[in-house]
Amino acid sequence: MTLDNIKTLEPAKLRTEMESLKKAGFDYLVNLVGMDWGEEGGLGVVYELENTETHATTWLKTSTADRENPMLPTVSDIWQIANIYEREVFDFYGIKFVDHPDMRRIFLREDWVGYPMRKDDKPEEQNPLNMTNEPLADTTTQYILNPDGTISTKQNTIFTEDEYVVNIGPQHPSTHGVLHFRVSLDGEIIKKIDPVLGYIHRGVEKLNESYTYPQTLALTDRLDYLGAMQSRHALCMCIEKAMGIEVSERVQVVRTILDELQRIDSHILFFSCLCQDMGATTAFLYGFRDREKILDIFEETCGGRLIINYNTIGGLMADIHPNFQKRVKEFIPYMRKNIKEYHAIFTGNVIFQNRSKGVGILSKEQCISLGCTGGTGRASGWANDVRKNHPYAAYDKVEFNQVLRTEGDSFARYMIRLDEILESLNIIEQLIDNIPEGNYKEKTKPIIKVPEGTYYQAVEASRGEFGVFLESHGDKSPYRLHYRSTGLPLVAAMDTACKGFKIADLVTIGGTLDYVVPDVDR
Amino acid sequence: MFDFTTVTQWIDNLLTSAMPTWAATLIECVLVALAVITLYAVFAIILIYMERKICAFFQCRLGPMRVGKWGSIQVVSDVLKMLTKEIIDMKNVDRLLHKMAPFLVIVASMLTFSCLPWNKGAGIIDFNVGIFFFLAAGSLGVVGILLAGWSSNNKYALIGAMRSGAQIISYEVSIGLTMLTMIILTGTMSFSEICQQQADYGWNIFRGHIPAVMAFIVYLIAGNAECNRGPFDMPEAESELTAGYHVEYSGMHFGFYYLAEYLNLFICAGMASTIFLGGWAPLHIYGLEAFNNIMDYIPGVVWMVGKTFFVVFLLMWIRWTFPRLRIDQLLSLEWKYLMPISLVILVMMALCVSLGLTL
Amino acid sequence: MEVKKRAKIKSIPYEDFKDNETYEKLVEELNANGANVVVTALDNLIDWGRSNSLWPLTFATSCCGIEFMAVCAARYDIARFGFEVTRNSPRQADVILVSGTITTKMAPVLKRLYDQMADPKYVVAIGGCSISGGPFTKSYHVLKGVDKIIPVDVYVPGCPPRPESFLYGMMQLQRKVKVEQFFGTTNRKQKQPKQD
Repeated sequence: MTLDNIKTLEPAKLRTEMESLKKAGFDYLVNLVGMDWGEEGGLGVVYELENTETHATTWLKTSTADRENPMLPTVSDIWQIANIYEREVFDFYGIKFVDHPDMRRIFLREDWVGYPMRKDDKPEEQNPLNMTNEPLADTTTQYILNPDGTISTKQNTIFTEDEYVVNIGPQHPSTHGVLHFRVSLDGEIIKKIDPVLGYIHRGVEKLNESYTYPQTLALTDRLDYLGAMQSRHALCMCIEKAMGIEVSERVQVVRTILDELQRIDSHILFFSCLCQDMGATTAFLYGFRDREKILDIFEETCGGRLIINYNTIGGLMADIHPNFQKRVKEFIPYMRKNIKEYHAIFTGNVIFQNRSKGVGILSKEQCISLGCTGGTGRASGWANDVRKNHPYAAYDKVEFNQVLRTEGDSFARYMIRLDEILESLNIIEQLIDNIPEGNYKEKTKPIIKVPEGTYYQAVEASRGEFGVFLESHGDKSPYRLHYRSTGLPLVAAMDTACKGFKIADLVTIGGTLDYVVPDVDR
Repeated sequence: MFDFTTVTQWIDNLLTSAMPTWAATLIECVLVALAVITLYAVFAIILIYMERKICAFFQCRLGPMRVGKWGSIQVVSDVLKMLTKEIIDMKNVDRLLHKMAPFLVIVASMLTFSCLPWNKGAGIIDFNVGIFFFLAAGSLGVVGILLAGWSSNNKYALIGAMRSGAQIISYEVSIGLTMLTMIILTGTMSFSEICQQQADYGWNIFRGHIPAVMAFIVYLIAGNAECNRGPFDMPEAESELTAGYHVEYSGMHFGFYYLAEYLNLFICAGMASTIFLGGWAPLHIYGLEAFNNIMDYIPGVVWMVGKTFFVVFLLMWIRWTFPRLRIDQLLSLEWKYLMPISLVILVMMALCVSLGLTL
Repeated sequence: MEVKKRAKIKSIPYEDFKDNETYEKLVEELNANGANVVVTALDNLIDWGRSNSLWPLTFATSCCGIEFMAVCAARYDIARFGFEVTRNSPRQADVILVSGTITTKMAPVLKRLYDQMADPKYVVAIGGCSISGGPFTKSYHVLKGVDKIIPVDVYVPGCPPRPESFLYGMMQLQRKVKVEQFFGTTNRKQKQPKQD
């Protein structure tokens, strides 16, 4: 999608405009992208809002010319998720959001110097490898706009002196990577969770600004490695649309099939890891046994098992393997049979049911406000499937149901994933016999230059809406390439979902929210 | 049936004829201690190997294969490694308690281990309140766990130890009550007499029919919880507390916990086979004299170990199938369900015995 | 009497391993002063025990961690070698498989984990990221190789490495462990991390 008409707002008018848009039904903040438009453009933020009823989207932007002490009004009280997005922008661009209750760094160390995503910042020179233990403050700063126009600061407390705070992570078996939760406990009951991110922040977005377009493709696979196909698909589609490349029907269909296979792969891994976290080790291995079958298909066609590197600008790296259709057709009935086995060994278990039903409830409103897309949102009754709402590739040609549940608890989130495996199998079944003939790759120029402009493309990745926001200034590398992380809102939702439950539930809730940490940290 | 007392008597006579009584007793004590330690180590190794193989077969894997034929000496190499691994001294821990805790656990486990009757006349600790002693010695282990959690100066360890304390103390109630049920049936607390009765009149689980079967099931659940094994492995709960109360232990200190865990499983299963499944008593079916005679030829120790391993297999099966409970569910399972049920069983058994309804 | 050690891995010929020259050099270095027969026999026993019981720490930061899970799962089954007892507490682990990118924020944590492990401890760097930074080597927030902060025993390249490479890497580590001396003069030296 090309964005020609991003509405520019004055910082002073931002809040009234945003509030009226929220009232008009734009209740889902999809993106909040920090920007550095250089000396003349200043620092700014781009917002994307979506109406969850009509699925209409609107884009807005605002900026400030002050590079020394940039200040913009917060929207964190309008959309809950803006809280964490604004902290991200503060971390990378140094924009201070006035009235934001918690203006701390989120990805980088608290003693980090500079703001790395600014075009004039030299992060490596200012920050040599620091092997001391990182400082973790118990208080945070809030900037307050006084009625007379001056700015004052206030200290807010995160954890008081006598709270029993347990660090879960960064090295912990059930955080699914290097995630750090500071959990305040009352006995076994969770009072508050403060996520500390960035232990796997690899600076992908900054790297992209110095890479050429084909080089940026490689990094998308490594963000959400369980949605490697889909994230790369999104970036390829975004660049193709920007350059006006039409890919053939064959590519569309193959991409769709592979996206769905990837989704099944991811959901099986979700099942396995959840079982492992809850102590049912045998079910974990059953999941992995079946996952290997998908990896075999990937390996034959794409060459990779986990990091697949298959989509490319203008099509696919190589044509599908002659065995592809046969293998996939063998896999569909096999998987349908094994889903029954999963239900037999785990879903029906009374211990699992007791531990997951009514635990970690997120209401539909909370999900929308927190931007929890994917299975998590659908478990609360929010129909947010990008494949339905904004169809792409071959999704408008196939019949499938958007699985919805209304409970919003851990059990609903778990069931959604297992049901989605069946839906994905249906989609594949409809397409696998009708792969049209055609080029597997369109010819592109040796050096790819995207015309000037702003572009956005979203796909339904394995765990929610994955979006690519691209601003090009006509060079061979992007000016700004931002990814909408599927996992960041899910991590932000942990505090809401876990409050009042027990430590053991933290593991279940974290497992069913299903985040992948490198995708959270980027 | 072979009576092991002939062997012990013979050794005793041999020693007393050659030296004063006190020296003979001393040597006998040392011999018995050596036997206990050897058996303890051998069973630990067998159990660990068995668990790794069994869980592998449940999980469509092969399990240890490379060290020795079928990976049979895998555990030996683990033990060798553990023995030569560093034991870390840490700042800010309670040194004395920290070092004492693993020994308490292993002592408790060895004391209870010696209660098992291996054969007719081959019980190591056997006196008229044997079951009482077994329960008392078994409770010592929880002190070791609590001390480990407290002295480690680690939040995970502390939470794990607190959970463990709550869990073991609760489930001890059910274990005590179900054992009491069987004491009502047999009328004795001595292990040798319990086994002798079962050899004479049939296994307790058949004699006590309905209440005994119910007690057996309750005992298995409670015993499994007592051993801190899945689905009751809350104190260690890998995915929540990394390693629970022994998170700060390394080398052989950790090895003690590891050994004690498996041996407690064995002891729990051994006690189940002693008081419910006849201990060393062979299987007799009333009326089939020829069959009974053949059964009598199988030595008692084979019966005992065989039954125990059967129960161990049952517990491992449960361990590798079920997900873990949550601490509040665990406690409500005990206090709201198991304990009332075991009280009812107790009354049922008392009625059965007084009305002469036992078989 | 001097006894030369040379590790043997079951059912894999010595020549099938790559980079035997480096290995020979390492053996040379470790056995420089020699040792007598009794000590060597004891040493061999301990090394045999250690090499067959390398318990990994569950440590994974990104993609390679998923492949590590696949190695533990049914098809590749690391349990065949006796490595399946993954410990979550560094105190009880023998080998840390650094699988995934180590960022500068994570570096002190990794170092601390390494320090918390009990001797003898080994490090295997899995994947391009932990060897050199991999695809993220130009990033401002990525450590360019874990050997800058902790001594690495075996490097397993790949992005991510295939499960077979994991197993091969572990076997190379076994070969290394098998020539160490526990008694005698040249104990395993605490290596200094690479400086540059």
